Amino acid sequence: MRVEDAICSFCGCLCDDINVEVEENKVKRVRHACRLGSSKIMGHERIRSPMVRKDGELKEVSYQEAYERAAEILLAASKPLLYGWASTVCEAQKKGILLAEEVGGVLDSTATVCHGPSVIGIEEKGLPGATLGQVKNRADTIVFWGCNPAEAHPRHSLRYSSNACGRFTSEGRSAKKIIVVDVRETRTSKNADMQVIIQPGTDYEVISALRMLVAGKGDVVPEEVGGVAKKELASLAEMLLAAKFGAVFFGLGITHSRGRYKNIDNALSLVADLNSHTKFVIMPMRGHYNVGGIGQVLAWSSGYPMSVDFTRQAPYFNPGETAACDLLAKADTDAALIIAADPASNFPRKIVEELAKMPIIQIDPYENPTTLLADVVIPSAIAGVEAEGTAYRMDGLALRMRKLVNSSYPSDEQILDGILESVRSLRSSMSLRGGLKDDN
Amino acid sequence: MIIRGGIVYDPANGIFGEEMDLCIDGGRIVEDAKGEVIDARGLLVMPGGVDAHSHIAGKKMNTGRIMRPDDSRLGTEPRSGVCRPSTGYTVPNCYAMGYRYARMGYTTAFEAATPIIEARHTHEELEEIPILDKGALTLFGNNWEVMECVHDKDIAKLAAYVAWGLRAARGYGIKIVNPGGGEAWGFGSNVKGLYDPVPNFDVTPAEIIHALAEANEMLRLPHSIHLHFNNLGKPGNYTTALETLEALKDIKPSRMRQAVHVTHMQFSAYGGTSWRDFESKAPVIADYINRHNHATMDMGQLLFGAATTMTADAPLEYGNARLTHNKWSNHDIELEESSGVVPMVYSRKMLVNAVQWAIGLELALLTEDPWKVLMTTDSPNGSPFVNYPEVIALLMSKPKRDSEMATLHAELSKRTSLGGIERELDWSEIAIMTRAAPARILGLEDKGHLGFGADGDVSIYNLLPEEVDASKEHATVKKALATAKYTIKSGIVVCKDGKIIATPRGKTYWVDAAAAQADMDRLMVDLQEKFERYYSVQMSNYAVQDVYVTNPKVIKAGIGAEPLKEVA
Repeated sequence: MRVEDAICSFCGCLCDDINVEVEENKVKRVRHACRLGSSKIMGHERIRSPMVRKDGELKEVSYQEAYERAAEILLAASKPLLYGWASTVCEAQKKGILLAEEVGGVLDSTATVCHGPSVIGIEEKGLPGATLGQVKNRADTIVFWGCNPAEAHPRHSLRYSSNACGRFTSEGRSAKKIIVVDVRETRTSKNADMQVIIQPGTDYEVISALRMLVAGKGDVVPEEVGGVAKKELASLAEMLLAAKFGAVFFGLGITHSRGRYKNIDNALSLVADLNSHTKFVIMPMRGHYNVGGIGQVLAWSSGYPMSVDFTRQAPYFNPGETAACDLLAKADTDAALIIAADPASNFPRKIVEELAKMPIIQIDPYENPTTLLADVVIPSAIAGVEAEGTAYRMDGLALRMRKLVNSSYPSDEQILDGILESVRSLRSSMSLRGGLKDDN
Repeated sequence: MIIRGGIVYDPANGIFGEEMDLCIDGGRIVEDAKGEVIDARGLLVMPGGVDAHSHIAGKKMNTGRIMRPDDSRLGTEPRSGVCRPSTGYTVPNCYAMGYRYARMGYTTAFEAATPIIEARHTHEELEEIPILDKGALTLFGNNWEVMECVHDKDIAKLAAYVAWGLRAARGYGIKIVNPGGGEAWGFGSNVKGLYDPVPNFDVTPAEIIHALAEANEMLRLPHSIHLHFNNLGKPGNYTTALETLEALKDIKPSRMRQAVHVTHMQFSAYGGTSWRDFESKAPVIADYINRHNHATMDMGQLLFGAATTMTADAPLEYGNARLTHNKWSNHDIELEESSGVVPMVYSRKMLVNAVQWAIGLELALLTEDPWKVLMTTDSPNGSPFVNYPEVIALLMSKPKRDSEMATLHAELSKRTSLGGIERELDWSEIAIMTRAAPARILGLEDKGHLGFGADGDVSIYNLLPEEVDASKEHATVKKALATAKYTIKSGIVVCKDGKIIATPRGKTYWVDAAAAQADMDRLMVDLQEKFERYYSVQMSNYAVQDVYVTNPKVIKAGIGAEPLKEVA
């Protein structure tokens, strides 16, 4: 069987032109995907069965037993953290938010250690953006700042940006100016017309200098900024101003270097300034395929796109206080449900040590370092391969992920439903307050 | 269910404040029923409110929420009873959207603007809004396929595209926003008027509007074109408004309704040459509407305080951001639209804002026939919808308007005629502007009235219409309208004394229009090329799947009996 136009569930590009050959319910061949996507769709060794830690060892149990143990952990906790969500579909995220409301927890996504600062920057300045097709059809000048799509989003350049052809960009790469700003040479910069190497941690200063140059106030810019000669910056500013349609893509090189959300704030301001002269848009290069989705679902459900605290029954948002790492750093959480993420690999070491102290429920198709810390492990179907659902591309476009093969594993949504049911029945047997029905 | 002894206003059925009983069975108004009896003796009873133009769902709304955590913090209500938590004031979360409309006695609301390609997101949010019946208008005014059909004067193919687009978006009708301007914004410019050609497409806004109106009637869609004028929000733009209305005089409606609905007219009734000599031209617009029968409008009333402007008119939003130095979100949508979101505060101290406030009221009060003008705030552009009771109280009370005007800029009375308007609307007129007319204008046969067979949507207010003098007791009016005593949705009491007690799932209306197969075939050739060369998604992943509309109410329309082929 051949599945045409499947959507890749690896990165925020959500390439939707993937052809997959399936034989005997197994993916045999993946066409059009990049190596990263292809490897994700082909899959690898799975967690076989739900497991619960007993006497220090993970022991195989039934799904029902795992749900009940998970419910016990969540209800015993005074402030559970429900973390991850970027590599699953919106249908699971919706269930997760309901669960967080019902158990009175904090829900945060992997954006917190990724584009969280971008979100805060957007709260300061707004986001002048576009869909990727708009960039494809119009952009003649593209800036990659602190990102390396050639390695992290391999098909971005051909489908959407530097090498794409569209209505007003029919000559493709040859008629475009590509600029890469980074702290080192990258594979992306090999394809650039101009490469600007800045000293680490000087993004804010370099952007400020560019804003001055764009505003015609170059006289206040020193001879060198962030290790870049003023002359070079001036020619960069000229390239930006000469654009008919410019696009800035930015990555973790700018969100997680010195200045963090202030860098983004400044970059957004630069783009707003440039719009007084020409057309410019800006977009974060989102990593996990549906990290955009959790931001959208949380925003329409709770009003906030990440780090939402439901412990007081009403959503409360205060990054710096309610983000996953903040809670863990202050030992302000006492249990964790980790879904579709691997904080043991990605959080700072001290934070992981804190995480290791508390009971952890893990929902994931695959074993990862977080499994070593988990007390309940619940294997799930791979969303976007074995289960359908909605995902939001890096530009905010919603697409429906196809199911490519059948799976005996339950979906993330079904697992969360199972836990939610166990929470409700355990709570009613404990006759505790809190559930929707109990409040009547 | 029987609602006993209410003073019923059901203007669509010629009932203007009569004491009568209403029966609901199986979710509909019937002649006779048993069961629960609701005591409404002497109370104001109307059909459930219908909002024909409000921004309630989709990318713009979520962009507003994400960029405005300050707003989300306002209006926070914890989860309790059957309710999930509420947040936000101008950009409420989905749950608050349903609860707050229901609290005011509204049971239906239509989302005003959705690009086809982003309709999936809109439906995801509509599905999360409890209680309300809803629908979403679909944007066509800056669409490449539309402009190419217009350029080729191929109305049949355009109609096929509209049918295809509505189906792909699960949309309800044709929305046109600053036609041509959104495309021009793709390279950072705008169109300056009705006859200013759209760059690269060799068509004018006038041609786009007229052709879409023709296609609308060719398809016999339940609603007319729903139009946001060019030059919206600019001093002196009333001439564009009049010019556009004149250009649509020859459109023959295919149903018993208007040929064009002009939305948020307040933003298009501006005189003056700049903000300095800015003044109301509402009397000129109202006079035109009074003398012609092809157009209806909604107010787009502006109220003082916080708002979030959000529109597919992206150049306008860029202008708003430059004017106010506020944060600015923009979102260009490939081949289809552009859009923007900017927070706003309208101030009593600003003469311009005071004039805008007066214009909305003038439009409603100077238009003689209430069937031609709907009460809206273009929520949340002029003000969030929760402030509708304030607007109604202003329309019903000259003393309230006078006392408001006394607090505003001294120059105001020279810039508007509002101070000289004696008219005070009565409950029949309010019932028309908030129920009967929006339903008729949208083409919703079962909404906005209480005849047998109509949807069992009823609002009962804690107000004795035969005793309360709305002119003097405007505070009582406002309070009563803010919190319905009962809101009944499809025969279920969803809200009692302001408390939400049930959250049934509402319906989503969309229009399935048939086009001639030959035109559809010709269209497919165009669309295949567009998807191969220009769109960033495959055609097979483009259309909204059925799973996103779990409780659909499909209205059939179109030419011939031949049903539209399944969208790829």
